Amino acid sequence: MSTDQLSDIFAALADPTRRAILIRLSEGEASVTELAEPFDISLPAVSKHLKVLERAGLVKRSREAQWRPARLEAGPLRDASDWLERYREFWEERFDRLDDYLRETQGQHGADRKGRSERAATHGEELDSSPSSNKETP
Amino acid sequence: MSTNKLNVSAPADEPVIILTRTFDAPRELVFAAMTDPELIPKWWGGRRSTTEVDEMDVRPGGRWRFVEHDSDGNDWAFRGEFREIVPPERVTQTFEFEGMPGHISVDTMTLEEEDGHTKITAVSRFDSFEDRDGMLQSGMEEGAAETYDQLEELVTKQAQREAPQEASQEAPRV
Repeated sequence: MSTDQLSDIFAALADPTRRAILIRLSEGEASVTELAEPFDISLPAVSKHLKVLERAGLVKRSREAQWRPARLEAGPLRDASDWLERYREFWEERFDRLDDYLRETQGQHGADRKGRSERAATHGEELDSSPSSNKETP
Repeated sequence: MSTNKLNVSAPADEPVIILTRTFDAPRELVFAAMTDPELIPKWWGGRRSTTEVDEMDVRPGGRWRFVEHDSDGNDWAFRGEFREIVPPERVTQTFEFEGMPGHISVDTMTLEEEDGHTKITAVSRFDSFEDRDGMLQSGMEEGAAETYDQLEELVTKQAQREAPQEASQEAPRV
């Protein structure tokens, strides 16, 4: 999926009315009139929202029936969701490792609550070589 | 094992993704881990990868480039430029995966310390979203509902509805 398509999808999803329309469509196809019912907006306004959703590939409108029902297209939604999921995994893995590293470093320097008192003196010396010590605002 | 969870949100009113995560460590230590080239390989990359810091010039305008070698012999390179360094509270840098050149995000990492814990808030702003300002402006003044949650909800619902017909037809996309 291209980043451009993703931008279209996220931009389409950014509007609460459009999200409500999608949620309604996830229950089954609907006409513009049906979609407009729960909202305090005009039919042309709903049509406009549908066009944005169509352009993003999230909705398809039937050409056959005269009332042109709209239905949800799941593929692009799933792609967008997968993309976010991969983004989350990418950072989660790194932040988990950062967390491990920070725990290790603090453990070594006796800063954790386990309190390895016997080695405290040695650790006191090690603190000076810690990459973080004395790194205050220059 | 940590109980601190990564939180991801994509707010409705801006073309950004926001990550937050708390670490049980003082801010200076977290800041050092993020800005010291010697420390990057200790946490950057997957658990079965090794990371090499090819370049890391931590000052405004300075370049960075990390190469991750995974266990299958693949190399993944990431690069960018530092924009702002405010020890120990903020780093702004650009981020680009070399496998997808041209798609650059501007990432701002803010570090806040409370009671010895540090919360990182990383805001990634995507250029390509910005390019679409005109479109993004339309009807976006509403509050910051979390698109990500909505997405998940929709995808789950849809998956349940379509499971019988579609489950095996679509190959997983990566």
